[in-house]
Amino acid sequence: MTNFKHMKTKISILFSIISVISYSQPNADEILQKVDRNMSSENRVFESEMTIHGRRSSRTLTLRTFSVGDIKSYTEYLTPPREQGTKMLKLENQLWVYSPSTDRTIQISGHMLRQSVMGSDLSYEDMMDNKKLTDIYEAELIGNEMIDGRNTWILELTATTEDIAYASRKMWIDTERYVPLKEELYAKSGQLLKRSTLSDVVLIQGRWFPKTIVYKDMLKQGDGTVFKITSIKFNEVIPEYIFSKAVLKQ
Amino acid sequence: MKIALKLAYRNLLGAGLRTWLNVIVLSFSFVIIIWMKGIIIGWDYQAKTDMTNWEIGGGQYWHENYDPFDPFTFAESHGTIPEPLKKEIALGETEPTLIVSGHIYPQGRMIPITLVGINPEQKILKLPTHMLDTQITTIPAIIGLSSSRNFKLGKGDNVSIRWRDVNGMFDATEILITDVFNCNVPSVENGKIFMPLKKLQEMVVMENEATIFTFKNEKTEREAIEGWTLKTKEDLTKSVDDLIKTKNAGQSVLYAVLLFLAMLAIFDTQVLSIFRRQKEIGTYVALGYTRREVVVLFTVEGAMYSILAAITSAIYGIPFLIWQANVGWTMPIDSSEFGMAIAQTLYPVYSAGLIITTVVIIVIVTTVVSYWPAKKIAKMNPTEALRGKIQ
Repeated sequence: MTNFKHMKTKISILFSIISVISYSQPNADEILQKVDRNMSSENRVFESEMTIHGRRSSRTLTLRTFSVGDIKSYTEYLTPPREQGTKMLKLENQLWVYSPSTDRTIQISGHMLRQSVMGSDLSYEDMMDNKKLTDIYEAELIGNEMIDGRNTWILELTATTEDIAYASRKMWIDTERYVPLKEELYAKSGQLLKRSTLSDVVLIQGRWFPKTIVYKDMLKQGDGTVFKITSIKFNEVIPEYIFSKAVLKQ
Repeated sequence: MKIALKLAYRNLLGAGLRTWLNVIVLSFSFVIIIWMKGIIIGWDYQAKTDMTNWEIGGGQYWHENYDPFDPFTFAESHGTIPEPLKKEIALGETEPTLIVSGHIYPQGRMIPITLVGINPEQKILKLPTHMLDTQITTIPAIIGLSSSRNFKLGKGDNVSIRWRDVNGMFDATEILITDVFNCNVPSVENGKIFMPLKKLQEMVVMENEATIFTFKNEKTEREAIEGWTLKTKEDLTKSVDDLIKTKNAGQSVLYAVLLFLAMLAIFDTQVLSIFRRQKEIGTYVALGYTRREVVVLFTVEGAMYSILAAITSAIYGIPFLIWQANVGWTMPIDSSEFGMAIAQTLYPVYSAGLIITTVVIIVIVTTVVSYWPAKKIAKMNPTEALRGKIQ
């Protein structure tokens, strides 16, 4: 009888521990939603540096970007002189690029979207990707890991549709700040294709935001492409003409 | 005419070294023109034979969206194997090929490539596809020599490739290079990787689909299949014909220069003869020759240079041309960089038509050039000519 009592106590303690753990560890969808809240905003205006590390040399481009949600985005290249004046306008699923050297605006569509942006490890398609992760992936929390001294949850995302670029992804989410610190993109065969690491997480206008992202094509040699935000403002008033095709030739 | 021929022959032999210099210069033109024309014909023959053996077989059906010069069309250039071709495919009379875009990562470099799925048991093309018929854990693949150089890959090397399936989803794997082949048709091998058709269909989720169908035998009549464009051998070798036409036009300038040099020598000799042999011309007229007969005599004399040149060139030209046809002419620079179907060593092909045409053209041109100064004789005063007075 005493043994039975002991067992009952043990079971109730175990259940309490499990319930505490499950309470402290939100489910994968909740984590993604909280990440979205941090990472997305009504609009943002930022200046950034994109350093593309090649096999032999590296080059840095500076850009000014205006974006509204994931739908509208306008980017202007500020330096180097060779790229200065190049502009990109993204509206929904369409992308136009203006080149000052030819004074022409071309629409990037179809398979051209799969080309690299300015020789970086990012494709136009990667840039255009505005689908919500929760709409196209099934997320699962698979564990914890320490990254640069910060505790992270590891989320595994498996595609629920076939018409997307990456069959699965892994995301490492900071458990306190709800910011991804690492992301890996996988092929259908399970081979790792791209890895991005996010760092310099700072509190800006009440939200945690990583200022540096390193994109790396894992099949390619080189140090990848470093994307560093030098200044960022959220929820600014952006004039509507910024997102018109006319602005490209101005 | 018989006397004219006899006299012309004697006069030519009598002129000694002057005649032989003219004959040798003209014979060079003969041999060089025949050799160069032979090289061009040989190239045409070799290019078309190589294209047939390595690339186009007896003709092809292309998917209506397929454009070999625009890799962006590859994603939309595939369709289910049409019913009318299934029987031919089963008999090995037609071979399906699937073409998709991808990337290869040799030594960590990302290079765009074309993945070509082909039946390992095919017998239509000379590609060593039997090397794809192997049981290994990775995917077997064969590449051409120039691709092997560009990618720095050899037989037995493993390399990563990345592609997208029919839905646009990325996939990547390792392939094993099971063979490196050497072929003279750059479009067959440049930037292409050949792998088993079934495997590629599986990789890109295009079961039972193809981009091109290659026929074993050339048929003049083939039915139209909806969604597929018939490309006959003539259509597919048109680029070679156009190239040969351009080359011929370019070489004609060289033939013209060679002939001009030879004709200049003959023209000079004729002018000199008429100037120096005035007494002889006067004697002919005094002996009863009409002026027209004297003109004919001198024209025959000039034209005979080309006959002698033809005989001379036959003496040394035939052994030279036969030797060339056997050993060929090896280009001093790497022909694989040319981007066209051209072998490193070209073997000249001579036809009876080529030789006869060349001889006839040279004889006619020589006759015209000989007649030109000779017609001046008709205007000569025979008395003064007999006295050797310069007119």
